[in-house]
Amino acid sequence: MYTDKLKKGAVCQWYIEPFDGMHVPVIIYADEKLIKTMDEKVFEQAVNVAKLPGIVKASYAMPDAHWGYGFPIGGVAGFDAEQGGVVSAGGVGFDISCGVRALRTGLTLSDIEPQKNRLADSLARRIPAGVGSRGKLKLSRQEMDEMLTGGAQWAVERGFGNRADLEHTEEHGRMIGAEPKYVSDHAKERQKDEVGTLGSGNHYLEVQKVTEIYDKNCAETFGLRQNDILLSIHCGSRGLGHQIATDFISKMVKAAQSHGIVLPERDLACAPIKSDVGQQYFGAMNCGMNCAVANRQMLTHLVRQVFADIAPSANLTVLYDVSHNTCKLEEHVVDGKPRKLYVHRKGATRAFGPGHPLLPADLRAVGQPVLIGGTMGTASYILVGTEKGMSLSLGSCCHGAGRAMSRTQATKKWHGRDVIRTLAEQGIIVRGVSVRGVAEEAPGAYKDVDEVVDATDQAELAKKVAKLEPLVCVKG
Amino acid sequence: MSKASWEHYSHPADIGIRGFGPTKEQAFAQAALALTAIVAELQTVEPKTQIEISCPPPRLTATGAGAGQDQDDEFLFVDWLNAIIYQMATRQMLFSKFQVSIENNRLAAKAWGEKINVKKHSPAVEVKAATFADLKVKQNINGMWMVQCVVDV
Repeated sequence: MYTDKLKKGAVCQWYIEPFDGMHVPVIIYADEKLIKTMDEKVFEQAVNVAKLPGIVKASYAMPDAHWGYGFPIGGVAGFDAEQGGVVSAGGVGFDISCGVRALRTGLTLSDIEPQKNRLADSLARRIPAGVGSRGKLKLSRQEMDEMLTGGAQWAVERGFGNRADLEHTEEHGRMIGAEPKYVSDHAKERQKDEVGTLGSGNHYLEVQKVTEIYDKNCAETFGLRQNDILLSIHCGSRGLGHQIATDFISKMVKAAQSHGIVLPERDLACAPIKSDVGQQYFGAMNCGMNCAVANRQMLTHLVRQVFADIAPSANLTVLYDVSHNTCKLEEHVVDGKPRKLYVHRKGATRAFGPGHPLLPADLRAVGQPVLIGGTMGTASYILVGTEKGMSLSLGSCCHGAGRAMSRTQATKKWHGRDVIRTLAEQGIIVRGVSVRGVAEEAPGAYKDVDEVVDATDQAELAKKVAKLEPLVCVKG
Repeated sequence: MSKASWEHYSHPADIGIRGFGPTKEQAFAQAALALTAIVAELQTVEPKTQIEISCPPPRLTATGAGAGQDQDDEFLFVDWLNAIIYQMATRQMLFSKFQVSIENNRLAAKAWGEKINVKKHSPAVEVKAATFADLKVKQNINGMWMVQCVVDV
């Protein structure tokens, strides 16, 4: 019933006009092929989001959108607190501030090729990853609260990195508005051993080579050349973020009911921004975001130690750090006027265009780097935010390939050892703690990342800068 | 089907778990086994150590659609799974045996398991949370209980 309502708009743009209680239209960015294979559930969930109070402009879905919990994964929506707008724990998701950090290494393919196996072994050995792994650093409750308010800045002050790392991290590595008092003891307890760990599932460390440059000027500003070696980290806020989401989705299902907000699906759990539960969630979620960037900062430190041993000439600098499960208070122009919006990006990346005041001085002229992770066997991409994207999608774009197949289907179809062998034949070294975990993340279980990125580029949500291909992938 | 059992089912992003049992309590316990089986093969997990898990009544204030005992049962089921996930994460344990009792919407349970050992259990993936997606707690006309939801990994 939702597919019937879909209308073709501009290039790679589809929309559903408001009906049946929707406050705004749904806008989906995808090419013909992606829209045809997109789960109808995405349209239904995007329509549900369009019915939430205080939503502004549109309920958006990115080209990699798929069925999520309440919000579609790849969903973007901004809410105005002054118009009864909501903040939604479901709209951020269970892995708060999951994201990608890309590090330039100063090395090229010929430097790293002979060391590939040693590097893979050392990364797998020294970066805590997988179920039951523990970080080296144990935080007291007071230190935990300092980490939750200080984010990556806290980690740098503790000696895990340098000031320059922060310049190229969203919000300089520290979200304001973090309120540790709204983070439950359970969430803090769950994080105690998980500071500086990679996690499992789709999280990874990847050594990548630049195989194609699309925009020379921009690539130069980002410090990227053909055959350069990068290291990318994909992970999030670990147990703390999962527990904050768990705690507040439950509270918000109840809060929505008491505020008379109808939830077609309970995972759409939300509360008015101007309510106790709304404010508490926002304070706790900002802690989750700080936890995630602190964690990627700690992992950066560990990765630098590994490179110092294996390739001492390497100099690892942060290209950029983006989060793709967030809710941020941002200023956007709506009908010609600036307005403060609570922008939810669930499985979507912020992509600010050139000149945006929140960008660091050295990147402001070209726009924000956008880091799109592929799967083990496929390419990753670096894009740049566009001026047009600011009005098209509240400065947002896709976040990755997006799953095309369930984990159960993937394990029936592939065996982890075969996946590892096939990738080795292509020159990609995979180190995984779990063989089944590797099968669940098999490249074939995901959408074609090339298509997703091409649609993003054609819709002008963000423009392609460089293509990266994996050499080494370490999975939790 | 008249005996207690569990299964996984397909979901586009993650994985669904389902427990069946002649009582609600047994169905809850079976679903907990399905939860462990996402992480590791159940037969590798020895029930060496016993811990207690409890969940207070969900305390719903709702009066709208879906309110009532059904919704209490469903909330309690999600709370139960999330309580196990919390115990797995903080004790770094896996559990292979559960005994559940529910009285006035209050759940008290015993869980038996052991510390995670990567060599022994080869754990595949961490569980982040139980979700409200596809959540059902139902008794069929033969009296059998079926409980299910999608789990985020």
